[in-house]
Amino acid sequence: MAHGPAPGFSRWLYTTNHKDIGSMYLWFSFAMFFIGGMFALVIRAELFQPGLQIVEPNFFNQMTTLHGLIMVFGAVMPAFVGLANWMIPMMIGAPDMALPRMNNWSFWILPFAFAMLISTLFMEGGAPNFGWTFYAPLSTTYAPASVTFFIFAIHIMGASSIMGAINIIATILNMRAQGMTMMKMPLFVWTWLITAYLLIAVMPVLAGVVTMMLMDIHFDTSFFDAAGGGDPVLFQHVFWFFGHPEVYIMILPAFGIVSAIIPTFARKPLFGYSSMVYATASIAFLSFIVWAHHMFTVGMPLFGEMVFMYATMLIAVPTGVKVFNWVTTMFRGSMTFETPMLFAIAFVILFTIGGFSGLMLAMAPADFQYHDTYFVVAHFHYVLVPGAIFSITAAVYYWLPKWTGHMYDELMGKVHFWIAFIGLNVTFFPMHFSGLAGMPRRIPDYNPLWADWNMISSVGAFLFGAAQVLFLYNVIKTIVVGRKATSEVWEASHGLEWTVPSPAPYHTFTRPPDVPDDDAHLVAGTP
Amino acid sequence: MLKLSSRWFAWTSSVVLAVASYGVAAGEWPLNMTKGVTDVSHNVYGLHMTILFWCIGIGVVVFGVMFYSMAMHRKSMGAKAANFHESTTLEIIWTAIPLLILIFMAVPATSTLKQLYDTEDADLDILVTGYQWKWKYEYLGEEVSFYSNLSDASRNQIYGPKEKSTDYLRDVDNPLIIPVGKKVRFLVTAADVIHSWWVPQLAVKRDAIPGYINESWTFVEEPGVFRGQCAELCGKDHGFMPIVVKAVPQAEFDAWLGEQRLAALAVAEAAKQHLSFDELYSQGESVYNARCAACHQPNGAGVPGVFPAIAGSKVATGVLETHLATIIHGVPGTAMQAFADQLTPVEIAAVITYQRNAFGNNMGDSLQPIDVVNFTQNQ
Repeated sequence: MAHGPAPGFSRWLYTTNHKDIGSMYLWFSFAMFFIGGMFALVIRAELFQPGLQIVEPNFFNQMTTLHGLIMVFGAVMPAFVGLANWMIPMMIGAPDMALPRMNNWSFWILPFAFAMLISTLFMEGGAPNFGWTFYAPLSTTYAPASVTFFIFAIHIMGASSIMGAINIIATILNMRAQGMTMMKMPLFVWTWLITAYLLIAVMPVLAGVVTMMLMDIHFDTSFFDAAGGGDPVLFQHVFWFFGHPEVYIMILPAFGIVSAIIPTFARKPLFGYSSMVYATASIAFLSFIVWAHHMFTVGMPLFGEMVFMYATMLIAVPTGVKVFNWVTTMFRGSMTFETPMLFAIAFVILFTIGGFSGLMLAMAPADFQYHDTYFVVAHFHYVLVPGAIFSITAAVYYWLPKWTGHMYDELMGKVHFWIAFIGLNVTFFPMHFSGLAGMPRRIPDYNPLWADWNMISSVGAFLFGAAQVLFLYNVIKTIVVGRKATSEVWEASHGLEWTVPSPAPYHTFTRPPDVPDDDAHLVAGTP
Repeated sequence: MLKLSSRWFAWTSSVVLAVASYGVAAGEWPLNMTKGVTDVSHNVYGLHMTILFWCIGIGVVVFGVMFYSMAMHRKSMGAKAANFHESTTLEIIWTAIPLLILIFMAVPATSTLKQLYDTEDADLDILVTGYQWKWKYEYLGEEVSFYSNLSDASRNQIYGPKEKSTDYLRDVDNPLIIPVGKKVRFLVTAADVIHSWWVPQLAVKRDAIPGYINESWTFVEEPGVFRGQCAELCGKDHGFMPIVVKAVPQAEFDAWLGEQRLAALAVAEAAKQHLSFDELYSQGESVYNARCAACHQPNGAGVPGVFPAIAGSKVATGVLETHLATIIHGVPGTAMQAFADQLTPVEIAAVITYQRNAFGNNMGDSLQPIDVVNFTQNQ
């Protein structure tokens, strides 16, 4: 029954196989991670000391804009979609994704979107230079000509995300093997199901706001132009109605990954499976009613400010439940600390620290002092780098043996972890201090008061960047010369993906697998 | 790994200690938010510290359990895994306790928020307008207004390895002057893109948005100088848009207002004088470098696709009237601002003369201040 892939390049171009598409998403994301990372290093190099040394302010703004856009839309989101493509069919006992041809399409439009976005760097007037939040009217009336290409790129990315989300929902709802009830699904599947609904709800909002920009720029409308009767604050409301759920799109699948890894290496079932599902759903619901906390200084009425403040504080409750559940899963376990577990534990600790600064930011009066300073930069990098990047890295180490059939180099994995962990903290922890001491974000040059912390941050950033080269090397080494992995890979692995051989066959399930009817999805038994 | 991680903790904690002690010795390494100088800023600081300590407390408990598990419940130490995975009681507890903590936090946050919003009964109103990349301050009902730019001292230190001064990029040519012991209301708006007016020591931050007027206020009790910066990405020179507020005693403030009114009269008087070509050209050069060079570049070449060149441009080598109109009214919908209010007639005449004769433009014509005044009056 070995239906192998077609040979040559056409395999990748025409493929409808969820594993091929998952791999392409992951490699694409990896490439974008390095490009976005290089842009970040340009920023950190310029900020190494006060004064302008390396780049001009306009180019600095282009770097901050592209760094944000590429990391969000090019690195984190495609990586999660890649993991979903690879793992969801295997986890729920499905032969493939529900809509394979659309799957091919949703991947292949992405490289074109990003080629277009990056090509703006070489256009007259330069790339978009208005920050990843692209507030109007800076991004409409005062933008470089390349903003039109940016708008089309966003449209294409949005279309890709929506197609990916539809595919994931259809797969999860329709393609589960007999006996795989909803409350038996691994949490990664659950978190992705909820994420997919968030995507379908908010990506059209993003498409809407960039279309309004397009109209303002080329068709003489005045959605965001006060002189024409428009409203610049409307832009922010629409943008953040997309933007706030978007930050949960970048974290919910990570919750699923960590909920798979911690029980495996603690050799203990995940604590509170059903409350994890409900907490995820609550976070997703709350994400829709807190968008204006990004706009506390915009001049909302007092009542509005209070409502958004209280709603934002509430998010701490379901998020807290998740953290307590992970800690309780580790409590009285029998833990080992392989690379995926190290990244998962770092995730829990650092994401919690990011949650604390998030709670501080939720306090509207204090937010007046934090808003648009490096304290905010520290906060969202503490949730996004450990939250999204570390969990993706953990997932790669965890499932790489299943994908390739080869074991990665454990020592090199641990070295990668420690350099990345130290680099991350050295980069981002001092930003709390420079931000509290009054350093605004997105400035290319600054007062000597903040010089020492900036220098430390820059050193940390280069360390963190260097660690990722090690990661790339380790992945390639695994594929080329890694030793053979077993089907189960890990001592206490649990779930359908570990019942198939390593590497997983090109077509996983030629007949539906048996799903154990006990709490097998919970119990991390030894194989 | 226990050995590795404990060694690592020892190493990091000694680094942290070293850094902290160096900070105490050198007075550098700022760690925390400013307490500020107003009642509001003290309350904000207090709220910040309260929440910070709650977070540290919760962190100690959560990470304590976690590190205990990681240290004691290891396979290498022979730990056997338990199999519990459900406890409704526990899960209710850790939903209810955080909710209670949040209520404790919401109380001080709400009262401080109300105080921040209380802009009524002000003694003085100041209209703050954000421009790319300067601030305009207007004392409402006092007939005094002026622009506040990055100081030349800071501008000259941006490039090159020069030592930066203490107030580098936090210094302006004309600071905002306010009286002490008076409630001052700021009405904040913008003329082009969104800016944000932020002075940490007053705990005032309000977005300056075209088409909106936002309100904020302060009450400073002791004289002092307070520095801040624009806090919303507003384009290329976002990092070069400082704010300086100087609080002075009421008598000094009144005297200063009087001087400002006299200075306005002097400007009108100066517009009547006749200047030689060389005078116009050299004064125009310094006006150009202070006001125009940020966009059009010191050599007049502009930035292709972003800011047009002055060298060989249709405006600077065309009809004088068009050139004058462009400077006076700006070009709506672009970064070119209306300079009628920002520059004196002498400065406008000088900079136009300079632009038409520098960068190889060689037009040979010039403009007198009185021509600028007449042009404005005939509009």
